[in-house]
Amino acid sequence: MTAIATTEPTRRDFLYIATGTVAAIGTAGVLWPLIAQMNPDASTIAAGAPVEVDLSPVPEGQTIKVFWRSKPIFIAHRTKKQIEDAQKVDVAKLPDPQPDSARVKPGHDQWQVLIAICTHLGCIPLAEQGPYDGYFCPCHGSVYDTSGRIRQGPAPANLALPPYEFISDTKIRIGATGSAAA
Amino acid sequence: MPVAGLVYSSFVVYPTPRNLNYWWTFGAILTFMLGVQIVTGVVLAMHYTPHVDFAFNSVEQIMRDVNYGWLLRYLHANGASMFFFAAYVHMFRGMYYGSYKEPREVLWILGVIILLLMIMTGFMGYVLPWGQMSFWAATVITNLFSAIPLVGESIVTWLWGGYAVGNPTLNRFYALHYLLPFVIAGVVVLHIWALHMVGQNNPDGIEPVTERDTVAFTPYATLKDAFLTIVFCILFAWLVFYTPNYLGHSDNYIPANPSVTPTHIVPEWYYLPFYAILRAIPNKLLGVVALGASIVILAFLPWLDTSPVRSARYRPLYRQFFWLFFIVCVGLGWLGSKPPEGAYVLLARIFTAYYFAYFLIILPVLGRVEKTKPLPASISQAVLRQGLPAGAPAPAPGGTPRA
Repeated sequence: MTAIATTEPTRRDFLYIATGTVAAIGTAGVLWPLIAQMNPDASTIAAGAPVEVDLSPVPEGQTIKVFWRSKPIFIAHRTKKQIEDAQKVDVAKLPDPQPDSARVKPGHDQWQVLIAICTHLGCIPLAEQGPYDGYFCPCHGSVYDTSGRIRQGPAPANLALPPYEFISDTKIRIGATGSAAA
Repeated sequence: MPVAGLVYSSFVVYPTPRNLNYWWTFGAILTFMLGVQIVTGVVLAMHYTPHVDFAFNSVEQIMRDVNYGWLLRYLHANGASMFFFAAYVHMFRGMYYGSYKEPREVLWILGVIILLLMIMTGFMGYVLPWGQMSFWAATVITNLFSAIPLVGESIVTWLWGGYAVGNPTLNRFYALHYLLPFVIAGVVVLHIWALHMVGQNNPDGIEPVTERDTVAFTPYATLKDAFLTIVFCILFAWLVFYTPNYLGHSDNYIPANPSVTPTHIVPEWYYLPFYAILRAIPNKLLGVVALGASIVILAFLPWLDTSPVRSARYRPLYRQFFWLFFIVCVGLGWLGSKPPEGAYVLLARIFTAYYFAYFLIILPVLGRVEKTKPLPASISQAVLRQGLPAGAPAPAPGGTPRA
């Protein structure tokens, strides 16, 4: 039967572990800039700064499209009927349950601000279309309601909401302030 | 797959002469630097735009906006200098110890081919930032080909892709600059293969005879290579982090202007000796011929040097001419940075004369007339003698090799 020797760690063990650790840290140090350089650079981040949009020229019932961080954004000035239709839906029956109140800013529920990218495969839906008078994606037939929630078709999720805030009653800033991090 | 076995036999158990000194580590250093240049180059290529209207700005964007872009650019630019520095050390080692001699002629010639490819790659790379020096270096060097009689002008137009250096030139230089390093890598594989066919030379210039003359490549050569590579990287890091623009020319931070020639067009330091030779000859065509010959003549070295003794350790007269040659090369480099006026011109001509005389006259004659020192019986015997003062008696025969 072999005896199991319980020895103190030797100097060799220490050297192996210390060398290995330094080598691992060194390797990480070398690799990090090579990987980080592919992240958005300072000019791209600067170009992705928040945009302010003046809502006063948008009449009731109209939808405009702006760009933020190269993404298309729908800003819809909803009519009373569109707001009612959005609010009186049975939320539990939706494919991606979410109440309309979670998709607008309090006190500003006539303004719907959405990222205009279909959550299926990324096409831009058409506004004021489809059986709910919401949005319709022509690529594969996804149908969204006036709150931008998915109702029919292959898309799995509601249209995404960008970060935004009302800086006055008629002006919004899309892109949270201080979100310049990569 | 035979790869594991190949790596094992070539770099682990491979018998390596036990008397190799640190000058033998530069092959590994060069391979490392080729890797550095390719990695930093590919990563820079993700952000560079090869168009005359955008190139300069894209490089400035790399320096200012891209994460760690400044580091990648300085690594690549200073890496080129370190690459050439290591290549010249490697070549001077070969010349001193006779590593080009039979049976290593193919190895040496492959090395000359690698040098030519490096020169071309470095030249095209320098054009890419599209600064003043980039543009005018491109103009001067491509104009060299107009010296060729009859077809010269057509060749230059063909190289330019236009009537002057312009966007077609920049674009094709970018494509070729990306390609050639991989060609270099391929020739390096052949170079190492050729080396392993005949075995390495060593500072005493005598072939290993018994297994006492060699040690396994790993760990001895592997760690020796790794150690000097780290020292080399310290020098590299000094350049990159403390004086990243020291070896460069400030005029290259001025965007290229085809209507204004800089007062002194100078290539990077690693081309200066050849530049000096080019300007030393007063005739346009012969100057170009001399430039080409100064590199191509290296390929004939195995046959120009007639001495049966390899290493300069045992060739005291050759050693003196070698060091004079070294000083001449460094001197030509210094002269290449000076304006072609006055005493500089005369000195450049004298040095150019010595450069060619070394290959064409001195080496062939020296091999026949030189009295060389007696060679040691074997590598292990030479190693065992080391460490004794020059006049001391030979060590006792108790530890001499078997057979």
